[in-house]
Amino acid sequence: MNPTAPVLDISDFSVVYRTPDGDVRAVNDVSLALHTGEVVGLAGESGSGKSTLAYAACRLLRAPALITGGSVTYSGRRAAGPTDVLQLGGHELQQLRWREIAIVFQSAMNALNPVLNVRDQITDVIHAHLRMSRGAALEKAASLLDLVAIPRSRLRSYPHELSGGMRQRVMIAMALAADPEIVIMDEPTTALDVVVQRDILAQIVELKEQLGFAILFITHDLSLLLELADRIAVMYAGQLMEVAAATEIQHQPAHPYTRGLLTSFPSLHGPRRELAGIPGTPPDLRHPPPGCPFLPRCGYGTDACRTVDMRLERVADPAGLEHLTACPFVRPETPAPQRPSASAEQELQA
Amino acid sequence: MSTNGAGQDAVNRDVVSAAAARGPLAMEAVSISKNFRLGRATVLHAVRDVSFALYRGAVVALVGESGSGKSTVARLLAGQERLTSGEIRLDGHPVDASTRRSFRRYKSDVQLVFQDPFSSLNPVHTVRHHLERPVRLHQGRKSRAEVAGEVGTLLDQVRLIPADQFTGKYPHELSGGQRQRVSFARALAARPAVLLADEPVSMLDVSIRLEMLSLLDDLRRRFELALLYITHDIASARYFADEVLVMYAGQIVERGPAEELTQHPAHPYTQLLVASAPDPDNLGGWLRDPRQPGSATAAAQTRAQAAAVDRGCPFSPRCPFAVDRCREDAPALLPFSATRAAACWRLDVAAPELLAKGETGGG
Repeated sequence: MNPTAPVLDISDFSVVYRTPDGDVRAVNDVSLALHTGEVVGLAGESGSGKSTLAYAACRLLRAPALITGGSVTYSGRRAAGPTDVLQLGGHELQQLRWREIAIVFQSAMNALNPVLNVRDQITDVIHAHLRMSRGAALEKAASLLDLVAIPRSRLRSYPHELSGGMRQRVMIAMALAADPEIVIMDEPTTALDVVVQRDILAQIVELKEQLGFAILFITHDLSLLLELADRIAVMYAGQLMEVAAATEIQHQPAHPYTRGLLTSFPSLHGPRRELAGIPGTPPDLRHPPPGCPFLPRCGYGTDACRTVDMRLERVADPAGLEHLTACPFVRPETPAPQRPSASAEQELQA
Repeated sequence: MSTNGAGQDAVNRDVVSAAAARGPLAMEAVSISKNFRLGRATVLHAVRDVSFALYRGAVVALVGESGSGKSTVARLLAGQERLTSGEIRLDGHPVDASTRRSFRRYKSDVQLVFQDPFSSLNPVHTVRHHLERPVRLHQGRKSRAEVAGEVGTLLDQVRLIPADQFTGKYPHELSGGQRQRVSFARALAARPAVLLADEPVSMLDVSIRLEMLSLLDDLRRRFELALLYITHDIASARYFADEVLVMYAGQIVERGPAEELTQHPAHPYTQLLVASAPDPDNLGGWLRDPRQPGSATAAAQTRAQAAAVDRGCPFSPRCPFAVDRCREDAPALLPFSATRAAACWRLDVAAPELLAKGETGGG
């Protein structure tokens, strides 16, 4: 564990979406810390609450989203002391966002303004968050493009004139405009090709080393996180299922859901593995089942799971790394269940 | 377009498809090309001289990045775009779309499944409507009860069970995976011989993808479908396909049996594609050390130039092995073993070990 205090500490955090049919418990009692210079991966499928968690922690969600409990504490280098993000007023929030915590959104096409050229978009951000003359802002915009390897001649380009990868680079450049302590990346490469994705990830890692910010990387692609992240938090149905170092997740996964995810993606390198996948679909969060939300899809499930209290517990491990799992029954050494899951019966390729 | 030496073109199509062992020939694309006119003087060569064959009960994967022309190939095969040149053959006969009747038959035999299950279904119609229409269109006269029975069977086949729970639902009431199952059922309603699946799982969650692919595989086996699986994910092609075709800038740059091609890529572009896929077994890789050749910055710069190529090998601006010849002459897709072919002048440098193995044929 990192001995220093986390730069962002989310603790027992809960968010609901208020609907006429009742509350959708999108984020349920989640605790997660982010340290300086660290890449934390937040993995989960759509609807698991991973984006809701990140956006709510920055107070970016409006009604019907409602924060019902927990705390979010920010302690950056520039801040006088720990700040309770949930208590900040409008002006203070504006100070926090982008200056301290920046977000790279998923769809670069929708996040960029189609009628502004690159220069105007970037200088807009600079003027909104930093005191700077026009000339200095222009120079800053140009140097930000240098940072993400886009030629300065592109300052006059409009978003539609840029390729998908370039747009995403512009988004990253904008996020870094005010030298933030934390960059939240919400599926920044999902819409891109693998080759471009790899370029951009390499660039992100390069910039992180150079500028020293922390990254919360949100994605449904666990295989990507295994490579990119220092620690991985696996989220399912609004709750954290497992939190551990990336190597632990890969080699010593505890939670059945994590194990399922690991056997869900085909590997390109190394010997062919048998793919099992995860049968079924996630639960309806308006009416969450009692006990473990993963039970209907879990191959390890027993009756005890119906009444289990979902809390992250420490997995005893010799390396001394923090490894938490929400499943009280399955441990890294637990063998796979005998009963094959529904989709394992007919594996790919006869 | 090729400027090869003595008669090498003759052997061009002599590669034995790894898919051929599965079943009889269903569909063939013979030197198909498609140009799009962008302006008065600019023409985009979206597909250039592409040839391959689909066999009943076999999966051929078409892999490439966006803009490589792989979706255009699917649209050409489905008859949604006119060919600029070349020929498409179904069961050995050139496709005839001149009469309504033969066009209808062609459309029944060849079905297309799209990437996005959210926009490929009509939001104002129920699942029943989506399936009844193709059943009536493609399966001839049927009584109302027969049509309803057929809809139930289709839903069973794509494992939307119990079927009657789904017939009355609207697309927004279904999950992404369920919607894609409806798309599959709609395609099956035409009782096709060929199924063209354009990125059928890339919009779905990782945990759902595998189930969908195994469903597709099951349908392939059950109905002896000739399947063209279009994807940017070469890892899924490794597991799912018999033969893999790698497409770059409108051309097939490499083809071969899925396992061999992904494990021992010959063409420099395929090598790049394979090296770029997330690889948890090689933690870090060059992601952690971006200052190697092929780093982010260098790649971004060469990418800009790549678009401008109109002569020579389209991959040459990004290729680490490129020499003057690559920038002047476009290489043709030539076999280097019984089942594999690549379009590259520099195979002796890019993949020497493969060439040594394939040399027995005297190519």
